[in-house]
Amino acid sequence: MTVAGLKHYAGEVICNMENREQMNIVIVGHVDHGKSTVIGRLLADTGSLPEGKLESVKEYCRKNSRPFEYAFLLDALKDEQAQGITIDTARCFFKTNKRDYIIIDAPGHIEFLKNMVTGASRAEAALLVIDANEGIKENSKRHGHIVSMLGIKQVVVLVNKMDLVDFDRDVFNSITEEFTEFLNKININPINFIPISAFNGDNVAEKSCETPWYDGHTVLMQLDSFANRKEDIQLPFRMPVQDIYKFTEENDHRRIVAGTILSGTIKAGDEVVFLPSKKKSVINSIEGFNVNSAEKAGVGQAIGVTLKTQIYIKSGELMVRADEIQPVLSSRFRVNIFWVGKFPLIKNKDYKLKIGTSRITVKLAEILNIIDAAELNINTYKDQVERHDVAECILETVKPIAFDPISHMELTGRFVIVDNYEISGGGIILESVSDKGSTLHHNIGKSEFFWEKGLVSSNMREDLYGHKAKFVVLTSGNEEYEQSIHKIGKELEFKLFKSNYTTYYLGIASHTSDSSDRDSQIRQIGELAILFADAGHIFITSVFNLDDYEAEKLKLLNQTHEIKIVNIGESPFDSFVPDADINYSDIGGVVDSLCELIKNYNKNGVEELWDRSITRN
Amino acid sequence: MNHLDKLEAQSVYILREAYREFKNICMLWSIGKDSTVLLWLARKAFFGHVPMPLVHIDTHYKIPEMIKYRDDLALKWKLTMIYGENSEALAQKQTFPDGKADRITCCQTLKSEALKNTLSGEWNRYTLDHTTSKYVLDGNREKYTGVIVGVRADEEGSRSKERYFSPRDKENDWDVGDQPPEFWNQFKTDFAPGTHIRIHPLLDWTELNIWEYIERENIPITSLYFDQGSGKRYRSLGCYPCTSPVESTSKNVSEIIEELKSGKFANIAERSGRAQDKDDGGGLETLRRGGYM
Repeated sequence: MTVAGLKHYAGEVICNMENREQMNIVIVGHVDHGKSTVIGRLLADTGSLPEGKLESVKEYCRKNSRPFEYAFLLDALKDEQAQGITIDTARCFFKTNKRDYIIIDAPGHIEFLKNMVTGASRAEAALLVIDANEGIKENSKRHGHIVSMLGIKQVVVLVNKMDLVDFDRDVFNSITEEFTEFLNKININPINFIPISAFNGDNVAEKSCETPWYDGHTVLMQLDSFANRKEDIQLPFRMPVQDIYKFTEENDHRRIVAGTILSGTIKAGDEVVFLPSKKKSVINSIEGFNVNSAEKAGVGQAIGVTLKTQIYIKSGELMVRADEIQPVLSSRFRVNIFWVGKFPLIKNKDYKLKIGTSRITVKLAEILNIIDAAELNINTYKDQVERHDVAECILETVKPIAFDPISHMELTGRFVIVDNYEISGGGIILESVSDKGSTLHHNIGKSEFFWEKGLVSSNMREDLYGHKAKFVVLTSGNEEYEQSIHKIGKELEFKLFKSNYTTYYLGIASHTSDSSDRDSQIRQIGELAILFADAGHIFITSVFNLDDYEAEKLKLLNQTHEIKIVNIGESPFDSFVPDADINYSDIGGVVDSLCELIKNYNKNGVEELWDRSITRN
Repeated sequence: MNHLDKLEAQSVYILREAYREFKNICMLWSIGKDSTVLLWLARKAFFGHVPMPLVHIDTHYKIPEMIKYRDDLALKWKLTMIYGENSEALAQKQTFPDGKADRITCCQTLKSEALKNTLSGEWNRYTLDHTTSKYVLDGNREKYTGVIVGVRADEEGSRSKERYFSPRDKENDWDVGDQPPEFWNQFKTDFAPGTHIRIHPLLDWTELNIWEYIERENIPITSLYFDQGSGKRYRSLGCYPCTSPVESTSKNVSEIIEELKSGKFANIAERSGRAQDKDDGGGLETLRRGGYM
């Protein structure tokens, strides 16, 4: 028996089918408190099951000598029927006169917390089920806490299995009182508590005569009373850039910045800023396929825009309007986080942070406290965040990211953390915190102490090689020179080498698919530069579209050696000032200018090379 | 935004996310209404372009109109069209119609096996040459690490538990009990070598939504879905030995929508004409764990 084709339509004729409202509801609570039964009953009592489904499940139970349960309608997977528990989130489609629902049945077992969160993060309202007989349990609280963290404001508590306590009003009242107190602590004000027996159908679709003392909504009425999220049109415009497209087939010359609008509105002619790069442009057009051309777009739409100026931006940036309140840019921030990873979240390890469409390397800097989600006891002594913990921490990214503080809006502050290919935690940024004590500064200070140094001093190397060590970084913000700067780097190495310089070139290939790969590549090249400079080399690298943070980082890593950051053509920087700007003429011309820049001259203007008479072949 | 706008926007977001994250990506096109809507959504997401190959698994038992429709549209929309097949099983007639396999085994052989080996590049792929309108052996044998599939959560039980981004291991197996979390709009886009990800942009759509969208966007759909005068039409398309038409006189999209809303199909499951579901205990879980779409 399975639920092949859970396809649900209410039996009655529904008016105004065009533009029906849809709402996602999650149902949560402790294991065995009856979540699936509530949904099964709702489906059955509203005529939402496919024809013959109820009968066939009943027949299956009779044949297998099992008591019939409404939950069997939902627990469609074979493992679940065998074990009698919900393993993963199931979606049921369901209709009332008012609107269409997707009811997400989330598992109550602690091992399946990640599935529960998956279900709940898509919901606009939550039904939290508590067994009247067992009372409030660990996961009643834990789920309440996570629902609160996910930002679900509409919560209704269903006190289920009232038949097992003879519909006793006192039992209901004491659960209501105790649980309200808990929910208030975690900033949830429950809309209502409903006494039900899902198994018998009391107060699910029909008012029960067993609870004359309760005159509130049934579950069904309650669902229709929920308010759908107001579209965040009055909030400032925010759009994470998902991708930049240039499909050249059939002479399509559009360069399209694509993304989905999180909040606000945008129209042609608006000035926009991309963060964190701070590049600016003006919206030229709003693009679409098989739609009438639009001048304006708003929250929820997956759009594309073309810009008036050709600026180089990357996916992952946040596009905002220049005339509205700006997000915060920070690389160190306080967060609330829940952890569902197989391995704990630890310090001094690189993770990948995914926020909006940006992916960036992140480290756990500090644990402020770990909250036992079930009891709300605060434990500040743990030095790692373990599976199923909810914690308040400070995270540090390798570069600043753009977000809004939670007091303004929560949409841009939601993130997940990836550990070893798996999404292992999720959370929300509360606010930016000061950069003091940033681990990059700390680690750089520290790394000097760990090495044994040889007997050859840098002066001895200079004497032998005839020149000082240097780190030369070539970059450009002009897309046309993306490949050229690598060629320039190689030609420069070759020319210096032929003139007896001790030199080495290693460039960062463009188009790394992942920005956290880029972060670690930048870091690696910076560390390699330290070694090569220590060894007396002129170390040359080329990195297309180096940004301010990357440039600062390379400088920071190579404080003890001479570093020259050279920009060719249009600058990729916002406020960073490179050591030199060179106009692009041709590769040979640029290489010549670079050679001039690199050579050391003494006070008399004479090139400081000891013996350049031998040229290598 | 109405409900179709919202579904469209979410699917477009998922498609763009998939295209951004996977270098070797393809889209499965079964020729049915769902994956044709998916193909249309790709044109929406990429502004009229379809920047990825469409892959069809040909069991050679597909209704002939389906293949003609596939190739006509592929030529018209300039699609990179690829098909794969289990040529060995077909040659040895290890199939249900030949009486040498039961329905489930036949599905596993002609669809799941062929799919697995076509995606991995181990078996031959054939690609449509737009200058000759003929299929030629595809030189590209690279494994697809991202596979976009048009399944819907409302179709049957195991699909109702799917993720938008759903990992498959080296054997193409699906670990239903341990699926990755998806928080807000953050999906599993990191994957270990050897594994691949199935991407499901249509998960939240219902059968009715699909038809409403086909009507709104005027998407060309194979005529097998419409009654051509015999009083029968297909509600779900598959191989002809295992798919039966339903009694219906709906001749166009709006009549189908009416029939689904208030007519005789309002309470009957869409896949009720698909025999392999019944042979799998009423669901598709056994097949789907083993790599079926």
